[in-house]
Amino acid sequence: MNFPIMPPQASEFAPKYDAIFWATSGLTVIFTAMVAILIVILAGKYKRGSKADRSNPSSHNTTLEMLLMGVPTVLGMIIFVWSAVLFIEARTMPKNAQEIFVIGKRWMWHAQHMNGVRENNEITVPLGKPVKLTMISQDVVHAMYLPDFRAQYHVVPGRYTQLHFTATKPGTYKMFCNIHCGTQHSEMVGYVHVLPQAEFDAWMANGGNRYLKTNLTMAEAGKQIWDDKGCGNCHQTLDNERAPSVVGIYGSTRKLTDGTTVEANEDYLRESILRPWNKLTTGYERTMQAYEGVLSEEQVLNLIAYMKSLGQGGTSPDKGIYQQPVKTGRDFPVGRKDPVDIANERASGGASQAHDLRNNP
Amino acid sequence: MSSTVIEQAVEREEPAAPQKNYLNADHTIKSWLLTGDHKRIAVLYLISVTFFFFLGGIAAAFIRAELTSPMGTLLNSETYNKMFSAHGIIMIFFFLIAAIPAVLGNFLIPLMIGARDLAFPRLNLASWYVFMLGGLLFIIALILGGVDAGWTFYTPLSSLYSQTQITLALVGLFLAGFSSIMTGVNFIATIHKMRAPGMTWFRMPLYVWSHYATSIIAILGTPVVAITLLLVALERGLRIGIFSPELGGDPVLFQHMFWFYSHPAVYIMLLPGMGVISEIMSCFSRRPVFGYKFVAFSSMAIAGLGFLVWGHHMYVSSQSVFQGIIFSLISFLVAVPSAIKVFNWSLTMWKGSVVFSTPMIYALGFLGLFTIGGLTGLYLSAIGTDIHLTGTYFIVAHFHYVMVGGTVMAFLGGLHFWWPKMFGRMYSEFWGRISAIVVFVGFNFTFFPQFILGYLGMPRRYHYYYIAPEWQVYNVLSTAGSTVLGIGFLMPVFYLLKSLKSGPIAGPNPWGATGLEWEAAASPPVTLNFDGIPKVVGPVYNYDAIEDSESFRREQMEKVTK
Repeated sequence: MNFPIMPPQASEFAPKYDAIFWATSGLTVIFTAMVAILIVILAGKYKRGSKADRSNPSSHNTTLEMLLMGVPTVLGMIIFVWSAVLFIEARTMPKNAQEIFVIGKRWMWHAQHMNGVRENNEITVPLGKPVKLTMISQDVVHAMYLPDFRAQYHVVPGRYTQLHFTATKPGTYKMFCNIHCGTQHSEMVGYVHVLPQAEFDAWMANGGNRYLKTNLTMAEAGKQIWDDKGCGNCHQTLDNERAPSVVGIYGSTRKLTDGTTVEANEDYLRESILRPWNKLTTGYERTMQAYEGVLSEEQVLNLIAYMKSLGQGGTSPDKGIYQQPVKTGRDFPVGRKDPVDIANERASGGASQAHDLRNNP
Repeated sequence: MSSTVIEQAVEREEPAAPQKNYLNADHTIKSWLLTGDHKRIAVLYLISVTFFFFLGGIAAAFIRAELTSPMGTLLNSETYNKMFSAHGIIMIFFFLIAAIPAVLGNFLIPLMIGARDLAFPRLNLASWYVFMLGGLLFIIALILGGVDAGWTFYTPLSSLYSQTQITLALVGLFLAGFSSIMTGVNFIATIHKMRAPGMTWFRMPLYVWSHYATSIIAILGTPVVAITLLLVALERGLRIGIFSPELGGDPVLFQHMFWFYSHPAVYIMLLPGMGVISEIMSCFSRRPVFGYKFVAFSSMAIAGLGFLVWGHHMYVSSQSVFQGIIFSLISFLVAVPSAIKVFNWSLTMWKGSVVFSTPMIYALGFLGLFTIGGLTGLYLSAIGTDIHLTGTYFIVAHFHYVMVGGTVMAFLGGLHFWWPKMFGRMYSEFWGRISAIVVFVGFNFTFFPQFILGYLGMPRRYHYYYIAPEWQVYNVLSTAGSTVLGIGFLMPVFYLLKSLKSGPIAGPNPWGATGLEWEAAASPPVTLNFDGIPKVVGPVYNYDAIEDSESFRREQMEKVTK
């Protein structure tokens, strides 16, 4: 069994942070020990009936009180100044930073790089270069929390907030939402990938390894929108507690919350994309965002074409390129593993039994 | 014992037939439900808060059971969120805020200052009804599906996005808040106007001082949260834009208004517990509390400074850097009066005659746990270290060390200390000590691993943590500890209830303690508390450790020689 006591130090800020953290821990241990020893000695020595000298007791001593107030105040001020300096560093945005824009919404993260490369629940950053995240929430308050970088800031609706870090170790690090944001709060998680500059540049140059093909079919264009908007974050291969699957949805019969049924034709699918709360599938809450005004009619048509390609009338095609991609488009450069699979392997103790945890909560 | 303190103290013989007291003065249900007697109202509150404590405890048990696995075991995420929301709301609004003031404070303040009742007995009874109505509304909200926005109700999740019974719950909390204001007004009026002859401010037990400070916070702070909750309900019900940017509001405004109350509320929960510890440490060390005035004024300092530190909950919430640093500085200052109290309580044992009875073991446990709780607060008041720890299990561990390790330990210590006064009978000292030790051990096993989890980066309020299965080991440890803690909390229910039936008669002053409630009143006290209003002529905490220890040694010697 493994008892980790420290998260990895993956940013320039992390070692500085840990220095003050462990210094404060030292103080905590010393003071706790002092109080404990004081209590044990006094309680032991002056236990009722002991032969300790109890003559000339005193119940106040102003000098002692001043000392007992003064010493903690001075030590406290040292920690205060040290930590305030650290905070100012964390909140002063570097001028030459690589900018990335992040949108938080229930329950996923969208990231966009300056050159238009988009990611969902993942942020790919270069090694050793300051990165600045400019963040906003589309609904409730979230918090971007990157424990391995010792970085955290709230993501608030109605205003931009910022966060910066400089990654110092290549690898994949965890990313959390750290303000309670509703039902699937604990699944609003993701990864930050730190790539060496050359690898990062290559990744950026080919559009995040995503848009490699031109002259897309309607279904392929629909899949791109599907991936950009992160639809697969909730609509996965199987129905789950977040959202129903869209595999085979076209032409199937949907049971609605009001007890009626409806056939999932083009009109139904369009309405459910643009105004999803109108006809809710039974068992689901009003959690999906309305895409009216967000998607163009052409994009909606493409999306419907993509859904059709996933099977019709409740069945999915048994072969073809579209069997897998219902989850978010996780297109990883060669040599990198899907982090969800890594987590699965850790949880199940080996790759052999890996199954998709997200689909079986 | 210190007969100089009270002139008209009446020593009572062991009664052959039960004498009239506040418990048996009248037996009808009506006489309980329409009582104006502060002692009966205290008993009503005791039953209520015990019920809420175990209700909140059941929710906690579900949370801990669920977290033994990274993928959960029993609940879906919606239900899990409702569980931790119910746990937080019940424990804070319906247990911690009311527990010590409304039970022990109600019972003891008039007895301690030599008054026949609180200043406004009917307001006191009304406060219990309002509290119960608030509790009832919240329970109805639970039955109708519960709330999922956490006890902090951050907007716009609570105001526009949550589909749960938020409005009903907010009305319930609004009422519970008013109950707390009523109690505060009553205490302040009573302490100012109804002290017995000779009971000067600096002859008051420190317990009364701490309730005075608490009441000031309650009447100044609670209206703010009441208004805030009402504004959330308005935004929710009528879509009046206050906190939601979609309607033209500001979500961070809510956080300012909420924490403006909810940080001082921490002291509403904690200060009365500190008062309990002063009484217990003094009685079982047979010494006056060391540095009486420093302890008294530190309560007042905490009450004052406590209103100026709310922003330390919001360092990373988009408030300005300068603002954050000022809040950080004041937060360090508020730590000083807490530190001075811990040192003074410890030094109270110096040249004392220390008795390890059940209340004393709880009090010593308090000192240890509160020290850790207070010191880990430094990580969070230090604005730099807070960045990584805020919102994680480190926070959860910290405030449980303060709220459970502090307030609940003090409540149990106080309940054991004054139980013979309240009900006239002693409980099993053996089981009492065992329970205190079990609670202490179980508590540390439950919450210490959560400090490590927080530093590793586990966010609070997370149902699943499949992304980081390495956290499981600490979660399992914590759940195992919470089982022990739960047993520790259940034990007093049995032996305390048993003592009501068959416990030995306690007599007016079983601990040989000083103070009007022990020296001038019977156990249980009569309805009007005293036969005549006592007159106080000497200092408070008039203990004699030398005499106590010597006489104890003589008794021991006699036993040996026999």
